[in-house]
Amino acid sequence: MKYADEFRDPAKARSLIREIEATLPRVTMPDNRPLHIMEVCGGHTHSIFRYGLQKLVPDSIEFVHGPGCPVCVLPMGRVDDCITIAEQPGVIFTTFGDAMRVPGSRGSLIDAKARGADVRMVYSPLDALSIARKNPDREVVFFALGFETTMPSTALTLLQAADESVGNFSMICQHITIIPTLKALLADPFTMIDGFIGPGHVSMIIGNKGYEFIPADYGKPFVVSGFEPLDMLQALLMVLQQMAEGRAAVENQYARVVPEDGNPAAMKAINEVYEERESSEWRGLGTIDHSGVRIRAAYADLDAERKFGLVPAVVADPEICQCGEVVRGQLKPMQCRAFGRECTPATPLGALMVSSEGACAAYYQYGATELAAPNHD
Amino acid sequence: MTEPAPRGLRAVGRVRGDTVTMAHGAGGRAMRDLIDDIFLGAFGTGNVDTSEDQARLALDGLQGTLAFTTDSFVIDPIFFPGGDIGKLAVCGTVNDLVVGGAIPIALSCSVIIEEGLPFADLRRITASMRAAADTAGVDIVTGDTKVVGRGAADRIFITTSGIGVIPPGRNLSAENLQPGDAILINSTIGEHGAAVMAAREDLGLSSGLLSDCNPLGALVEALLCAAPNTRAIRDATRGGVATVLNEFAVSSRVCARIEEDSLPLRPEVRGISEILGLDPLYLANEGLFVAIVPADQADAALAALRKLAGGEAATLIGHIDAAPAGRVVMRSLFGGDRLVDMLEGDQMPRIC
Repeated sequence: MKYADEFRDPAKARSLIREIEATLPRVTMPDNRPLHIMEVCGGHTHSIFRYGLQKLVPDSIEFVHGPGCPVCVLPMGRVDDCITIAEQPGVIFTTFGDAMRVPGSRGSLIDAKARGADVRMVYSPLDALSIARKNPDREVVFFALGFETTMPSTALTLLQAADESVGNFSMICQHITIIPTLKALLADPFTMIDGFIGPGHVSMIIGNKGYEFIPADYGKPFVVSGFEPLDMLQALLMVLQQMAEGRAAVENQYARVVPEDGNPAAMKAINEVYEERESSEWRGLGTIDHSGVRIRAAYADLDAERKFGLVPAVVADPEICQCGEVVRGQLKPMQCRAFGRECTPATPLGALMVSSEGACAAYYQYGATELAAPNHD
Repeated sequence: MTEPAPRGLRAVGRVRGDTVTMAHGAGGRAMRDLIDDIFLGAFGTGNVDTSEDQARLALDGLQGTLAFTTDSFVIDPIFFPGGDIGKLAVCGTVNDLVVGGAIPIALSCSVIIEEGLPFADLRRITASMRAAADTAGVDIVTGDTKVVGRGAADRIFITTSGIGVIPPGRNLSAENLQPGDAILINSTIGEHGAAVMAAREDLGLSSGLLSDCNPLGALVEALLCAAPNTRAIRDATRGGVATVLNEFAVSSRVCARIEEDSLPLRPEVRGISEILGLDPLYLANEGLFVAIVPADQADAALAALRKLAGGEAATLIGHIDAAPAGRVVMRSLFGGDRLVDMLEGDQMPRIC
């Protein structure tokens, strides 16, 4: 398949791994632990497991799975808010597929659908808007979530709804931003991360400048990466080369997609529709200042929170959950006390078990802990 | 088979109007017209006495084991590239018979229709059932219709049951797998699931993909002839190839090992899977089986399958190993092994 197979060539992967192995001896290693490289984005976590990258790189390199999966960090209270609105008479509630499985304190949106709410999966926010046009007597609510990657499409949908004066459409905004969260992670003295594989599709929108504090203030290399296995191996090599040369910088492995300055047209739409919230809650990480956005007052008519007079629910994560420690790189998923016992993909407690991009679900699904070595060949 | 009964005095009915109404389920003349015109019209009555409450099938000369199966079909959209709910309802039940080594004999067809379904749609569905039954060499000999109010069903639900005979000496079972056996599939994977997904209007994807929906009897017979010690065959419908392999591995307490680079996959299926973040190993198929054969019969089996329509892409995708028992393990393109587990529920498209 064009534009995919080129980036999955096993021979090229082997040559990148040889370069990684050759560079590693020149890297100053941390005391008493492997080198921790955080892949920020959930899409990266998925690729690591799908292609078995952890097993292909030397043992002294360990991937730490970051907070960049919007479904994984969705707080329980927010799911409850969605269910509250979905259960209002006359509402058609729409959202992306994997958001429907995230458990709140009263189950997930799939459970709400089974109880009678009209909850529908859409592939694009524009689909939700067209449902609104087709059902003028129903209130159609779209649950907008995700990082800057999905913000332009929801912002443009909202602008289109405003332009056409679609009166029965509104959005719940749960968009979050990655940079304040990386700041919070790095400011935490318990965080043990030596370098970053940076998010590709977020950077396609926001550009690369916002990451400069990471090498400047914390001395950590940060390489924006694509999602194919060769992308990630090359990004890892670039991180190691920086370390070997004793420098730290923001570099762009994914230049075929990510322009240095991002996408100004997309940023303009985002800034037109959204403004920073004082703080946002992240599942497993708690409340982080300036880490999310809300719909500006100018578009209050299209803001479901205002339209329904929503009082946001606040629900503490289950006490047994150790999602935060997993996200900070302090624990591996299977070291969490609930992993594989109270918390499985069938009964996810923590959000990291919900999405296929969540680190815990990936560990569980791909059997990282229990896969015996092959005894043939 | 029973002899055709002499026709009664009543004229064969014809439906009036354009759509099914509640009257067509009420037990009166309108219902009789619906059955005569659309169902008997399509399925024929050559082998069936329609004047009795049951089909009567002679047992003369039959030997072996009776196989009996049933399946219900609900699908959105009801017409999709490569098939429709009717073809699916016949192929699904026929395939559940043939993968057990059975020769299909007869099917029943029970439908629940939502009022308002156009007769044109119903005729299209029943014609396609007849065509699929003819291909499979089986008669639809009995049935039932019910009509429900708007919203109580989604256009049409079909239940088919099937009986067949497994000839003496055949013993295909998920419990028969042995280390060393070869894992074969007859076709490229995931086409039904991908075609149906692409056909849903809200997706806005255009592709040349067709559902692989087809009866598998001829392929199974050719396989059993070429590889007489075949251990087990199962059609990989909902849950896809991954689910069948997991069922096999658990039943026989063995490990199924497959190679990612051997999986035959059409580029369109890969494309849709990449876009939506789905794994084709879990996509539904309606004309694909997984067969476990002794390693020394694998080449003969593949050669026999490749000569037939629907078997051109037959491939060896892996083999059975002793451990880890009950597991399916895939060697990725990069050489790493990963577990291919059962899904908890539906695959959900990823956000980004």
